[in-house]
Amino acid sequence: MKARVTVTLKNGVLDPQGKAIEGALGGLGFDSIAAVRQGKVFDVELAHTDAGAAKADLEQMCEKLLANTVIENFAIEIV
Amino acid sequence: MKTAVIVFPGSNRDRDMFHALELITGSRPQSVWHTEATLPDVDLVVVPGGFSYGDYLRSGAIAARSPILKDLVAQADKGMTVLGVCNGFQILTEAGLLPGALMRNAGLNFVCKEVMLETVSDGTRFSSKFEKGQVWRCPVAHHDGNYFADGDTLKALEDNGQVVFRYANGTNPNGSINDIAGITNAKGNVLGMMPHPENLVEPLHGGTEGRILFESLLEAAA
Repeated sequence: MKARVTVTLKNGVLDPQGKAIEGALGGLGFDSIAAVRQGKVFDVELAHTDAGAAKADLEQMCEKLLANTVIENFAIEIV
Repeated sequence: MKTAVIVFPGSNRDRDMFHALELITGSRPQSVWHTEATLPDVDLVVVPGGFSYGDYLRSGAIAARSPILKDLVAQADKGMTVLGVCNGFQILTEAGLLPGALMRNAGLNFVCKEVMLETVSDGTRFSSKFEKGQVWRCPVAHHDGNYFADGDTLKALEDNGQVVFRYANGTNPNGSINDIAGITNAKGNVLGMMPHPENLVEPLHGGTEGRILFESLLEAAA
């Protein structure tokens, strides 16, 4: 089973890298840019056959390592 | 005072820390490799600076899950004195021993320079020999030193006197909230700081104010 975990900064946490990317996109002429927030994607392969059990494991992985829940949110998607 | 320094793959300020500790305590610190299960019986454990695991995932994230950290958390809960400098501070926040997180510097640059620090609290075992309000020079060298904590956590840190060092005179190099450079846990036995006091212990370093921190610990352990 394959899953995709997306980790993003919580609202209100300053993202200087996102700001720099936003500025660079503006510099390339993309005038429609309002805001950019940078995050991380983890593609995980699991031995599970049950999506519920896989999600439960992935939640633990996010809480314990993949995300720092002081500053980051995570979303899990079975693909 | 008996001391130990935990070494991870990618630690690079461990030797500076060994030198400072040996200079000030008169005895050689023990080196503890990250795969060990238990810490030796010492008065102070230091988590040194560097780039453990190449800063993969987040600075300090992988080191904070290494085997020796289990015992460090257990010993810290029992009151052992723990000092984390730079990457050590990042590791202690990732391990949950200190609140908040250290994020990418607001200016995005790696900063390697001297800043001014104010000793905000002289009521901790790490700062008792400083004058309250003392402003001193200290080197910093980091990319992820931008301290962040949510509003409630920040208020608790300030109200409980857990903010020990603050960047002074407009020298905040990384955008840290409230100019925070170093904090303790609620019990006051764990301190994390981004600046490097171990690099300011000999006249050849350009100053010896870093000694005051180690001498405070020496006095507390006596």
